[in-house]
Amino acid sequence: MSKLGNLGARLHRGEISYDFVGKRKIWYGISILITITAIVGLAVRGLNMGIEFQGGAVFTTPKTSATVAQAEQYAKQASGHDAVVQKLGTGALRVQIAGIDTGKSDAIKDTLAKDLNVSSEQINADLVGPSWGEQIANKAWEGLAIFMVLVVIYLAIAFEWRMAVAALVALIHDITITTGIYALVGFEVTPGTVIGLLTILGYSLYDTVVVFDSLKEQTKDITKQTRFTYSDIANRSINGTLVRSINTTVVALLPVAGLLFIGGGFLGAGTLNDISLSLFVGLAAGAYSSIFIATPLVADLKEREPQMKALRKRVLAKRAQSGAEGEPVPVGGAEAAFDDEAEDAAPAVVGPRGQSASRGRGRGRPSGKRR
Amino acid sequence: MSRPTAPTGVERPEREYEKVAAPKRGRSASAQSKPGRSLALILIAIVALTGGMFASGHTTPRLGIDLAGGTSITLTAVNQPGQPNAINKANMDTAVDIMNRRVNGLGVSETEVQTQGDRNIIVNIPRGTNSKEAQQQVGTTAKLYFRPVLQQEVSGAPGQSPSPGATSGGSSSPKPGAGPSTGSTPQAKGSSSATATPKATPTSQGRAVTDALKAGSTPSPSASTSPGAKPSATPSPSASSASAGLQARYAALDCTKPAEQAGAGKDAKPSEPTVACGQDGKVWSKFLLGPVAVDGQEVKKAQAAFDTQGASGWQVQMTFNSKGSSKFADITGQLAQKPSPQNEFAIVLDDQVVSHPYVQTAITGGNAEISGHFTQQEAQSLANMLSYGALPLTFKESSVTTVTAALGGEQLQAGLIAGAIGLALVVLYLVVYYRGLSLVAVASLSVSAILTYVIMALLGPTIHFALNLPAVCGAIVAIGITADSFIVYFERIRDEIREGRSLRPAVERAWPRARRTILVSDFVSFLAAAVLFIVTVGKVQGFAFTLGLTTLLDVVVVFLFTKPLMTLLARRKFFANGHKWSGLDPKSLGAKPPLRRTRRPAGPTAGPVDPKEA
Repeated sequence: MSKLGNLGARLHRGEISYDFVGKRKIWYGISILITITAIVGLAVRGLNMGIEFQGGAVFTTPKTSATVAQAEQYAKQASGHDAVVQKLGTGALRVQIAGIDTGKSDAIKDTLAKDLNVSSEQINADLVGPSWGEQIANKAWEGLAIFMVLVVIYLAIAFEWRMAVAALVALIHDITITTGIYALVGFEVTPGTVIGLLTILGYSLYDTVVVFDSLKEQTKDITKQTRFTYSDIANRSINGTLVRSINTTVVALLPVAGLLFIGGGFLGAGTLNDISLSLFVGLAAGAYSSIFIATPLVADLKEREPQMKALRKRVLAKRAQSGAEGEPVPVGGAEAAFDDEAEDAAPAVVGPRGQSASRGRGRGRPSGKRR
Repeated sequence: MSRPTAPTGVERPEREYEKVAAPKRGRSASAQSKPGRSLALILIAIVALTGGMFASGHTTPRLGIDLAGGTSITLTAVNQPGQPNAINKANMDTAVDIMNRRVNGLGVSETEVQTQGDRNIIVNIPRGTNSKEAQQQVGTTAKLYFRPVLQQEVSGAPGQSPSPGATSGGSSSPKPGAGPSTGSTPQAKGSSSATATPKATPTSQGRAVTDALKAGSTPSPSASTSPGAKPSATPSPSASSASAGLQARYAALDCTKPAEQAGAGKDAKPSEPTVACGQDGKVWSKFLLGPVAVDGQEVKKAQAAFDTQGASGWQVQMTFNSKGSSKFADITGQLAQKPSPQNEFAIVLDDQVVSHPYVQTAITGGNAEISGHFTQQEAQSLANMLSYGALPLTFKESSVTTVTAALGGEQLQAGLIAGAIGLALVVLYLVVYYRGLSLVAVASLSVSAILTYVIMALLGPTIHFALNLPAVCGAIVAIGITADSFIVYFERIRDEIREGRSLRPAVERAWPRARRTILVSDFVSFLAAAVLFIVTVGKVQGFAFTLGLTTLLDVVVVFLFTKPLMTLLARRKFFANGHKWSGLDPKSLGAKPPLRRTRRPAGPTAGPVDPKEA
């Protein structure tokens, strides 16, 4: 099997692990830095709203032989903005450009007329209102607010309030970064972008919940042992689900990356860029924040609980004691015992290496009975 | 779950013993019967849905306007008499909002509405929609009024019966008796609002006409606040001439002519009596109607319902807001005491009488029904319009044309190619990483894709679902979420194998845990979809629908397809023996080697773990 498979096995056995919780301050710092950059970008450059939100100008040309793609090119050159071009049934073109006021529209009209080889009087210029009206936007905000409240309540019941808070922080983190990158890159914000953001909202929470589910499972009987602190177990839980996180992220990101880099970069599907960029950044941020932000944050919050503080004290005392005795604690054994309590898992006993096939049938038995 | 080292020696023999002794037959037998059934179920579902898709003839999902183009209608606001300044930005925006909600009643049809210039509204309807119907839906003003009926007769013989009708109607309208009674009511009620003032009048006719006279004879709108003006206005000759003019119109009206059917009551001011046409069964009738008693704006909610008791078929049930209910109670209370046909009120929609029920007692609950020989579709679209309110302006259609997709064809193709490459990479990745297991993953993804496609295609004609670019992107992200379910499950199975289990128990033991994770996390996605679908409108709602659909399908596919398939494959030698290419080879997964061999290596390897974690 590939190296990654071995990695999975070694992560599973804990032979290798990365101390996500211990090094959380570094990652908090990085996230805060990115978030501040995003906020500054938002404040300084602002979002470049598309025609659907702010309205703009619409030019209706007479019947012309120019193709939609050509007209798009002309309109972009004339105005400096992305244009939406549609061919009408009469053979005429409808060109919509965002953020144009009456003054500018005359100049654009003349340029367009020249490019399209028609007289500028034949082009009809008019202002258009937003098709994505305030009402739609307000309703979307309202829906978002209700969803946030419900999801916090749900997470607080299904898990606990600390996890709900952490998930929410991770969510806000992802959304801020994505919008910030939008402001920095300067892509136009279209309804597609908004939908992309909403998708991320769903995905970010989804991913966080998967990680939290494993965390909850592993910390079920944490107070019954004195071997590990909450942070230790949180860390182990992240490492345990790391392979899953990597695989899921790769699988989710590949199609979007295809759209963004191959579609937008090589094939010139420019209009797909806006939506795939928001998805790409958001999915990556969502996967990152579940591991590097949300779980350490839960550990931080949990460690403040008196129970967990007491546990930490006991664990440290025990470690100090065993250290003083100069005899390393049989870590694995104790841990296995804890695991048995917590997960009702069978110990790892296997037939001889290489004979697994022939002895396979016997091996699974205890699991059957003990469930 | 990670287990860095071997268990303690004390524990081991006991477990080992248990392992050997534990009987396994019972459970695997029960598990055996299930997977086949689930697989059969989902295969039948796929076949049935696909069959349905081909039978319905809609083999592709309806595409949104950004992907397929459609029809573009330009509506121009026209001035109405009496409201010269009505065409302003606020009213145009309100009109756009209302139209938006009318055409996107279910939120997934992807129709776009926007203003253009000062007085135009563009409505873009995706290809494949019934654009005639949509046109009607956006353009209809939907002004609804409840007016008392003063006179009614079957149309078709104009000029013959009007004289008796005219006398009765004419005498009833300016009836002097009404004057004093109206004059007395303001004091009794002490109300100063124009509509409320004459409420207590026992004869609505008198009240109605008094109102009309106020508007007609005293153009200075102080009438409502000065009760003294009313009695004097009642017998004023100008009023009777206005009403005489109306009488003449009523007499001349022939509702059998289509032109007059629509035009009869056109541009009537709410505060004046008017004439209108209406259809009873196949027969057209003409009506002389009093001023508006209750306004359609006061309808809070409307819905279509089938009348099971009566024979009136489809009808529209309405609930008034509190103001509307009290007005409605008043008017019905008054009408109940009158002789036929003046105990009737007419429901006038866009200047046509759609029904004219008579009243026996005052209706106080704030509910009303409109029955007018509707088809189901008519009733629903009327209810839809009433719920979302009347347009503040009247529009005429100034152009209808087709438009191409906003997203160019070449670009879409480029996007599709890019998406396909991305998907191919996903499959490649799965094959490299999961080897044999990728069969399960790819098969599950395919099942999920087929189901999504077929359901989307079927929803096009049923709820006007249109697939647009955001929905496509939602589906692409859904690949990730769907694949995650398998990945969670696969990783659990592999963990179990690493614990030293053979494949079949590993598959069964991994399932409950993976199942919980999948359900908990999918619930969050579904919650997002449900809330957004209920609360929002327009494109967001369309997106929420896609998200909810794909999330549900994810659960269905994992439960009914992936898990049973896994159970079945676990019995195959290829997988159960942990073939090198099965993706479940215990050796390459690093399953715990037997204790006697790991005793020595286990210590050192496990050692460094702990300090790292501490």
